[in-house]
Amino acid sequence: MPPLTAKIQDVFDEPACEKNRGKDAKARQKGCSKPLTPGAAAGGCAFDGAKIVLQPITDVAHLIHAPIACEGNSWDNRGAASSGPTLWRTSFTTDLTELDVVMGQGERKLFKAIREIKETYAPPAIFVYSTCVTALIGDDIEAVCKRASEKFGLPVVPVNTPGFVGSKNLGNKLAGEALLDHVIGTVEPDDVSPYDINILGEFNLSGEFWLVKPLLDRLGIRVRACIPGDARYLDVASAHRARAAMMVCSTALINLARKMEERWDIPFFEGSFYGISDTSEALRQIAGLLVKKGAGPELLERTETLIAEEEAIAWKKLEAYRPRLEGKRVLLNTGGVKSWSVVHALMEIGIEIVGTSVKKSTAEDKERIKRILKDENHMFETMAPRDLYAVLSEDKADIMLSGGRTQFIALKAKTPWLDINQERHHPYAGYAGMVELVRQIDLAIYNPIWRQVREPAPWEYQPAVEEELPGTHSKTETVHAFKKVVAQLPAVSAYVEESR
Amino acid sequence: MTRILPQTKWAAVNPLKSSQPLGAALAFLGIDGAIPLFHGSQGCTSFALVLLVRHFKEAVPLQTTAMDEMATILGGMDHLEEALLNLKTRTNPKLIGVCTTALVETRGEDFARDLANIKMMHAKELAGTEVVLANTPDFHGAIEEGWAQAVTALIQRITLRGERVRQSKKIAILSGWNLTVADIEHLRETVESFGLKPVILPDLSGSLDGTVPDDRWVPTTYGGTTVKDIQKLGTAVQCIAIGEHMRPPAEVLQKLTGVPYALFHSLTGLKDTDRFVSLLSSISGAPSPAIIRRRRAQLQDALLDGHFHFGGKKIAIAAEPDQLYQLATFFTGMGADIIAAVTTTATSHILKKVPAEQVHVGDLGDLEGLAAGADLLVTHSHGRQAAERLGIPLMRVGFPIFDRLGSQHKLTILYQGTRDLIFDVANIVQANRHAPTPESLDPFRK
Repeated sequence: MPPLTAKIQDVFDEPACEKNRGKDAKARQKGCSKPLTPGAAAGGCAFDGAKIVLQPITDVAHLIHAPIACEGNSWDNRGAASSGPTLWRTSFTTDLTELDVVMGQGERKLFKAIREIKETYAPPAIFVYSTCVTALIGDDIEAVCKRASEKFGLPVVPVNTPGFVGSKNLGNKLAGEALLDHVIGTVEPDDVSPYDINILGEFNLSGEFWLVKPLLDRLGIRVRACIPGDARYLDVASAHRARAAMMVCSTALINLARKMEERWDIPFFEGSFYGISDTSEALRQIAGLLVKKGAGPELLERTETLIAEEEAIAWKKLEAYRPRLEGKRVLLNTGGVKSWSVVHALMEIGIEIVGTSVKKSTAEDKERIKRILKDENHMFETMAPRDLYAVLSEDKADIMLSGGRTQFIALKAKTPWLDINQERHHPYAGYAGMVELVRQIDLAIYNPIWRQVREPAPWEYQPAVEEELPGTHSKTETVHAFKKVVAQLPAVSAYVEESR
Repeated sequence: MTRILPQTKWAAVNPLKSSQPLGAALAFLGIDGAIPLFHGSQGCTSFALVLLVRHFKEAVPLQTTAMDEMATILGGMDHLEEALLNLKTRTNPKLIGVCTTALVETRGEDFARDLANIKMMHAKELAGTEVVLANTPDFHGAIEEGWAQAVTALIQRITLRGERVRQSKKIAILSGWNLTVADIEHLRETVESFGLKPVILPDLSGSLDGTVPDDRWVPTTYGGTTVKDIQKLGTAVQCIAIGEHMRPPAEVLQKLTGVPYALFHSLTGLKDTDRFVSLLSSISGAPSPAIIRRRRAQLQDALLDGHFHFGGKKIAIAAEPDQLYQLATFFTGMGADIIAAVTTTATSHILKKVPAEQVHVGDLGDLEGLAAGADLLVTHSHGRQAAERLGIPLMRVGFPIFDRLGSQHKLTILYQGTRDLIFDVANIVQANRHAPTPESLDPFRK
């Protein structure tokens, strides 16, 4: 079995994945990639997924070995934020031409590109991504990276995820594997402490991890590595010395979390910073794991104090929105609401959830949704654009929360919409983030444009007005005004003359 | 003559190019009731789709044959077939524009034959839907080439062949990709004001102009050139092609139907607009309408008011060949100097006419390297990083423009568009003027 195929099999058979555990042996063997329907497919490829996971590592040069499409159409398009280096936003690609493909010059070009980047930008590491075409023409990026690494004396990490091997999610996981194989554990830190944690699968979109990090700082907990949001190469390379880990986006990097536990004894839990109760629970779990691994037990108490204070502040701020948002109907249309505490917080202030997609939810998730929503009719797997449009234009929801893919369905149906996916412009994590989310919902619903865009044009109703418009009254006014202007003209030009 | 310098680096840094299939898809989006279909892996489509949506702020119909590992090994015809049938049953489009990608082109299949077979096997199911193939591997060209490929393919596949009875007032206009929605609307109105009937191919002004459809969800484009219009292109009395990259489709049209073409490299600037207006006048036999004369006078005034802000200014431009020519001639026509010109390909004939000492084939990394000391950067939104690092203002042109609203509604051609461009640039210059200081004016400063 070729190494990449073996790797994919391995990633699909993830013992820590709840959904995978629920399957029988036969279903498990099939893996979790759903076959795509040509002509009716959506979503990114494995390369896309790998780049999403790794690119937020801010001081690394990311080099895409491909013709122009893979990078030219997609670079600098995500909202992860950096507190320092900007190299990750500089785009590097071998931009293969027809000649390169025909003459088989791919590997040579890649090697020289690596040298060029090393000489010009001197990054701590270079990540090299393979793609459909370079995999198809048989370029061995692992060998090129190994050779370049030896020759140029810096880590050159192969990320072997050509788009055709599967979905974005598979690419996420393969990216985690690349970190395990080539990066994590390669550098020994000299400043380990019993209060070090890793945060896995946090992308720092719109800088939202910066809403959470001060809470950890306050507790004396240090983030050894946040992977990948606002990470530096050395943070990731020495992440194996953390005492505990929190895994934020489980579908993306569960394999990374589990294998780090196996290899370096770093216990982890799945948690979320979205919503009030989940944020509190995450802090509690982090403190608990650290204490178990040798941190001072008073950490638990300090954590509880902080939680009590911050929750009180957040609830008080949220309560202010109740009069405006009580009874408002929200349609959630996103891959799978990981954080039920967002739903919980919304319902707590009187917002109704009129529907949610459960495409990526586990059986357990679905049970939970049923309990919360009390009506399983509100769950849907996926909704065709046409149906979604119908639901929204029939005014069955006051706002839709979703990702960019369905943005224009809501907007064309003249329904308020809020982006809760990766392209969003607002940070929603932590206590303050939840308040921000509710504030944005309020701003969206109460924007005065909705009344204007829904108003029919004057000629579509009130025929009386239409008849009145071309009346003689206004005509006289216009002529009169025009005369006035003409009468003033000489005076104006006289003034111009004078001022010269 | 302008020297054209080839790419010298091994790695492209901050690409200027978008891919060729994206350009072809954009052209197909200018056809009414259409869906472009990428023949490649799902990522090819997803990336292009996201970029188009970010630029136009519209839902964009674009589908994929979703090539997986198995299909990559065994061949993609089954995927193409399934995709066509699925699109037909689900959305019943009037046109499916197939754009190939590097993945399937590297395999080197005979797509034309595959497509002919599919059409034959499913003649009944696919009836009422035109299927057009554009060969657009990503490893060649950029938007310009892809757009031209698609337009050529549309004419070759759909336009009825042979000489036909000409309608003396009908003009076929082959618009280049660098015309905005506002440009096309304005072009149509201008041509109509001479009593002529324009058929514009492709026509993004119908489909991507940001209108809200009436109470229904439309899974295809709504608006644009109709398939019927393309069939009957041969009855036009004259074809006008805009941009050197529109020469191949204009030649194909001439070969198939005998319709003669006039090529305009640019419709920006007083002189080019004069030429265009004169042509319309001679075709229609009508004098220029009062509104056109008035707009010319307004442009004259804008030239007078605006030239203060252009004279001696150093401009750095990165754009695809025809747009580079359009903008560089505009700037030099206003008294500015082009100190850096970067483009995507060395093969376009227009490059030799670009009013700059040399044109570099390269990327935005090259632009950044060449633009030190410039007064203005001119390129698409990705130029923002260079602009920030160099501390030079950026004028956003072309594709993609994802961090400003309304780029498709900006007018850039004919008297009025040239006037607007002058104001845009002059305003950027005025907004970035440095106040004089004793130090900066000191005659003994080092």
